[in-house]
Amino acid sequence: MLNYIVRRLLYAIPILLGVNLLTFALFFMVNTPDDMARIHLGAKHVTEDAIEGWKREHGYDKPLFFNAGAEGAAKVSDTLFVEKSLKLFVLDFGPADDGRDIAREIKTRMWPSLAIALPTFLVGLLAYISFALLLVFFRGTRLDTAGVILCVALMSISGLFYVIGGQYVMGKLWHWFPISGYQPGLDAWKFLLMPVLVSLVAGIGDSARFYRALFIEEIGKDYVRTARAKGLSELRVLFRHVLGNAMIPILTGVVVVIPRLFLGSLIIESFFGIPGLGSYTIDAIQAQDFAIVRSMVFLGSLLYIIGLVLTDLSYTLVDPRVRLE
Amino acid sequence: MNFKPVLLWSDALILLLLAVVAAGVWLLRHNETFRAPLRQVLASRMGSATALILAVYVGIGLLDSLHYVERLPDEPGKAAQYSGEVKSVLDKLLTPLREHVEKTYSAPFATHLYAKETMTGPDGRELRDYPRLKHGGAHLADPDTEFWPDVLKRGGLGVLGGMVFWALLVFPLWKRGRAHSALAWTLLCVLVVTGLLVALAPHYHVLGTDKVGQDVLYLSLKSVRTGLLIGTLTTLVVLPLGLGLGIAAGYFGGRVDDVIQYLYTTLNSIPGVLLIAAAVLVVQVQIEAHPELFDTAAARADMRLLALCGILGLTGWTGLARLLRAETLKLRELEFVQAARAFGVSRMRILARHLLPNVMHLVLITVVIDFSGLVLAEAVLSYVGVGVDPAMISFGNMINGARLELAREPVVWWQLVAAFLFMFVLVLAANLFADQVRDALDPKAKGRA
Repeated sequence: MLNYIVRRLLYAIPILLGVNLLTFALFFMVNTPDDMARIHLGAKHVTEDAIEGWKREHGYDKPLFFNAGAEGAAKVSDTLFVEKSLKLFVLDFGPADDGRDIAREIKTRMWPSLAIALPTFLVGLLAYISFALLLVFFRGTRLDTAGVILCVALMSISGLFYVIGGQYVMGKLWHWFPISGYQPGLDAWKFLLMPVLVSLVAGIGDSARFYRALFIEEIGKDYVRTARAKGLSELRVLFRHVLGNAMIPILTGVVVVIPRLFLGSLIIESFFGIPGLGSYTIDAIQAQDFAIVRSMVFLGSLLYIIGLVLTDLSYTLVDPRVRLE
Repeated sequence: MNFKPVLLWSDALILLLLAVVAAGVWLLRHNETFRAPLRQVLASRMGSATALILAVYVGIGLLDSLHYVERLPDEPGKAAQYSGEVKSVLDKLLTPLREHVEKTYSAPFATHLYAKETMTGPDGRELRDYPRLKHGGAHLADPDTEFWPDVLKRGGLGVLGGMVFWALLVFPLWKRGRAHSALAWTLLCVLVVTGLLVALAPHYHVLGTDKVGQDVLYLSLKSVRTGLLIGTLTTLVVLPLGLGLGIAAGYFGGRVDDVIQYLYTTLNSIPGVLLIAAAVLVVQVQIEAHPELFDTAAARADMRLLALCGILGLTGWTGLARLLRAETLKLRELEFVQAARAFGVSRMRILARHLLPNVMHLVLITVVIDFSGLVLAEAVLSYVGVGVDPAMISFGNMINGARLELAREPVVWWQLVAAFLFMFVLVLAANLFADQVRDALDPKAKGRA
């Protein structure tokens, strides 16, 4: 087991290196630091001096891969690739282009993100699976058909509609919640409930339909007939047997997103004014702050790979036949 | 000639795509494995009805893809001059809608502007009131009394026209027993709505006007092309990559498989929106750095749209490749492939003749299912600021421009509702159609959701 985990994590290194090279190519070779300086300095005809000044200030005034002017090992290490990209491997994110420390921002902003993403994830999982099981229980009846049609209709609506509509109805018409904003501490629930509710409704169509399809496929199998023949009640068959055996495909889709939860959701956070990592990222995209975007890409990939390893581990919990060697 | 056709890059690609689809259908017209599922989709109630709705959208999109520039009045002694404004055939058809521009917001069917203005009254005094619209209901002398009779009369005529047209179209088919009811009823709905719009839209702003006074119905119709382009042109990038790499990984195995798997794991591990955002930012900077490459604003917006499709394609092929790799791994061990190998058939020929046709159904299903997701993605990406050009008319930009207006009093809701409605109908039709295609092509899927 430990062997396996170590091997998987070692396998992650080339992937992260690939991610790193890709973002490096995008941000430093296609888009040179000169271009970045020009965007941030704004004016159309900026002087060479101003560009050089901006690059020096933000540490972009080094060669890409090879520093001929330096001594010894610094020839390789005193370059943009090592300074800006490889340092991400030790989670040294450096300063953002506006000068603030990215690591500190991440540490403070991950909590509001988690406060929305975690309840959404847990309640959503429970609600979607229950709804899907309900549809499967009534399979073939009008209720099932109506449920499936509802799911398709719900998943055909743009996610933006749920956010805007939710804010309008729950915030402006009914005055249930403040429309947007955030407050740390215990009062935070007032600001968190609406985003969580909206995300739950927005996700139900897609997920419930997916789970229903999974369960319907399981329910046609022989072991289900055997269970019924033993005289088990339909509810017991559904919850013990069908749900248990559908666990592997469910976990495949679910576990991988767990580590990424604290990166938050871009759309929800920016619409509701939650100072989490999602809105941090979106602000960075809009301000064209490449240092933040680069860090977030790296962090996202790292968490994804951790999620993949966790998925494999979770298989061993639900299916004794799976052994990781 | 007083106009000159303009072929934007996206127009060329859309025509190419159309030609490829037409050629494919022509080549496969006698192929029973292709015809049977197609017949099944079109014979089902849901399949035929949604296919019709999709066809209407595609028709709007195609009309909007035939671009031209108008010739300016001749000046003696000079070569012919052309306007810098690129228009499409759809623009020409919607000329009244395009030219009926008000000052600012006005509600659907309104005869008065949304905002009060200072005017001079009949007695010469200044007063603040809602001014009459320049175009919406301008033919009415007294809107308070004449509004309803006029709307009912025109609307009734429109509905009647639609029904007559429908009867002329459907009855000959019905007699021969070739039209089936779901299709006929959908056609009736489409024709009645069209009739209503044709009768009312030139005289009223049926869906209101936006902040700068443009007709929202016009904006919605123009957005269709953008949505369709993103949904279809992305496929042009996804298909070669997904097909080529997926089948190659599954068939050749070994090193090739390792490299391709590494490639898609790496791409997959980057959060999707971030990768797209990063790539779009880079493209944006490049476009801004080379303004000399684009002679019109339309050409620049067009290039950005194509770049977006390309980026969505480059990040989106991994799912298809993974699917095809797994399927090819299974197929290569089957007897018919083994037999071909034993006969000494070359690898390329095995790939092209024996493997490719047997994964085509998966490709078709994936393409159709991905389409609706891409249309929805455009709106989100435009909101994040990494979508289509802000000057381009699209659902995302419409929503983006109107989302803060719900805070106004009275609420400006029509622009949002129009954008969401047009998008909802398109995506719903595409989703339901995709289900039918999957049921017809994937024997395993039958009876599932």
